[in-house]
Amino acid sequence: MFSRREFLQFGAVAASTLVTAQAGLSSRSMAQQRLTQDDLLNFDSKGQVTLLHFTDVHAQLKPVYFRPPSTNLGVGDYAGLPPHLVGDEFLRHFDLTPKTPLAYAHTMVDYVDLARSFGKLGGLDRVSTLVKAIRAERGEGKVLFLDGGDTWQGSYTSLKTNGADMVECMKLLKPDAMVGHWEFTFGEERVQEIVDALGFPFLASNVVDNEWEEPVFESTASFEKGGVNVAVIGQAMPYTPIANPRWKIPNWSFGIRPDLLQKNVDAARAKGAEVVVLLSHNGFDVDRKLAGLISGIDVILTGHTHDAVPQAINIDGTLLLSSGSHGKYLGRVDLEIKGGKVVDYSSNLIPVFSDVVESDAEMAAKVVEFRGPHETELNRVLGKTEGLLYRRGNFNGTWDDLICEGLIEQRDAEISLSPGFRWGATLLPGQDITVDDLYNQTAINYPNVYRVEFTGAQLKEILEDVCDNLFNKDPFLQQGGDMVRVGGMGYSCAPDQEIGSRISDMTLLRSGEPIEASKSYVVAGWASVNEGTEGPPIYDLMKKHIISKGSINIPESQNVKLLRT
Amino acid sequence: MIIDRRQLMKTSLGLAVLTGVPGVMTVKSFASTEPTAADRIKEFTGGSEMLEGKLSLTTPEIAENGNVVPVLVEVDSEMTDGDFVEEIMVVADGNPNPEVVKFRFTPMSGEATAKIRIRLAQTQNVTAIARMNDGSFQVAANQVKVTIGGCGG
Repeated sequence: MFSRREFLQFGAVAASTLVTAQAGLSSRSMAQQRLTQDDLLNFDSKGQVTLLHFTDVHAQLKPVYFRPPSTNLGVGDYAGLPPHLVGDEFLRHFDLTPKTPLAYAHTMVDYVDLARSFGKLGGLDRVSTLVKAIRAERGEGKVLFLDGGDTWQGSYTSLKTNGADMVECMKLLKPDAMVGHWEFTFGEERVQEIVDALGFPFLASNVVDNEWEEPVFESTASFEKGGVNVAVIGQAMPYTPIANPRWKIPNWSFGIRPDLLQKNVDAARAKGAEVVVLLSHNGFDVDRKLAGLISGIDVILTGHTHDAVPQAINIDGTLLLSSGSHGKYLGRVDLEIKGGKVVDYSSNLIPVFSDVVESDAEMAAKVVEFRGPHETELNRVLGKTEGLLYRRGNFNGTWDDLICEGLIEQRDAEISLSPGFRWGATLLPGQDITVDDLYNQTAINYPNVYRVEFTGAQLKEILEDVCDNLFNKDPFLQQGGDMVRVGGMGYSCAPDQEIGSRISDMTLLRSGEPIEASKSYVVAGWASVNEGTEGPPIYDLMKKHIISKGSINIPESQNVKLLRT
Repeated sequence: MIIDRRQLMKTSLGLAVLTGVPGVMTVKSFASTEPTAADRIKEFTGGSEMLEGKLSLTTPEIAENGNVVPVLVEVDSEMTDGDFVEEIMVVADGNPNPEVVKFRFTPMSGEATAKIRIRLAQTQNVTAIARMNDGSFQVAANQVKVTIGGCGG
């Protein structure tokens, strides 16, 4: 459990010209041929204020494998910019050496081999060790620990405890504030209940009640850190009532609300804030655009789109840090403030290598408290995977291909639809598939699998609509998920086109024939946002499916043809 | 300022409002004699030039609920006898009857601000036009997207 794997084969992390903060990490690792916790903590400390950003952990209490995407397209003005770089392009842009721990953490190049060498990342006990170490080094009075949301949802135990496992474990990290997205799927009442007992602010500048458009949550929290007045403004996922069931939060309205945000920034400045931080669950490109629109924000800590970018990016004087997901990284920004202005900074994502970072006993015990009662069920083996099972990618992942196969076979459908969620860990070839693993892909509280008939025209409408949520050239119209996964049907997609013109060549795979607009097809799918959807829960259906197969072998899908201009 | 008829023309092909399980489609067709949004605007302005800058129109980028889309119109005006907003018209070019509402003001109104919730069956442009007491017109338009949703990560 606590064995400290030696990183002998691949030696050092990259010597990065961009990553001055990690230059020490490089040379030292080079010399010692192994990575240590101190290497990971090595940081070019600056100034009076340290921001720690932890986001989108999706209820992963334990370390996980999480394969970075091989497709993460940007469109319009955002094409080719971080985070829309993958694989070798990503390595070149950030000057990372292939086959090093950082290359493994950030890209899918040689993923399986490197995963076997470098192990899992994350684990709340490891994160706790790092947070405690940084607080000790800097002094509590200089550190703000900020939770970017999508914290309470995404596992078996979070589903069974209505998020209580995450709420109680996160409390040990003593967050100074948090924001939300999937948190809201627990419903208004449960959210309010948790927020009332949280002990730190749950911020949402952009959530108002439907009737009078008055704030539902606090927008801003103020802190005195290192003698500096720091204001943190929170932004919930703007499209929560569209991307997730609105009926669970019928009285709350979201949206980006840039005017309201500007007012809240101005109000914070008027109250004496020397540094304004936006703790955001908008998604990377939305925040990149906001950074150019709103004046007076020094740092945006962004989440939602699960992008891990090695350092903060400076956009018109606003620093944008995107700290990945699933507990893989702890983001850190140090700020030096003089005369009410940020004059210097350093930043870094700290990859939480679980074989390198010590477990924190207090957090480990809390995790056992919540997982222990479910241990037998969590560890129950449903089957074994022969190939790599992963989710993340714009169009498909093998985990979703498996789910799409299960939907078709278990519900006797011709076509299946599975949501383009970006959460869900990875399994390496040869690993057992446990109940724990299955819930890491499916743990939602609107899980029913519907079976309906759609015409070809309706299927095209759905694909075009979802595709526009992903590839609209205006980031303010992007909802932050990936493309809906499709089983039993192939199609071509031209992301650079406009809505109505992106999807073509829809083909029913079973017959090889083109999808006809007026013909009806039997479709199974899950995670409908509509109230009263009927059918078996996805996790029950998939348990049955995986057990019936025993051995799972899902090849890389060739069913979506990408057309770029 | 371009009032385009593209959205209206597209109506029968346009984005379906999906209720219930995704995929229940509502398709409407209009008689060609119905006045379009452009017709209504022309009626309101008499063809006069419409200026931008004083009228601000706030709508969501994407509607959370197409049945009650909040629309806020505000005109920067002193609202004195010498300078006030007489009337604001809101049109939605994809609605069967594109004229949504007209608000009348006097200097006694104090400010030229109005809020309304409107029904939008599909993605379309919402346009607000204000007639000032000097006979000039101010305009602002936003597209409001109506979407299926349900796949956010």
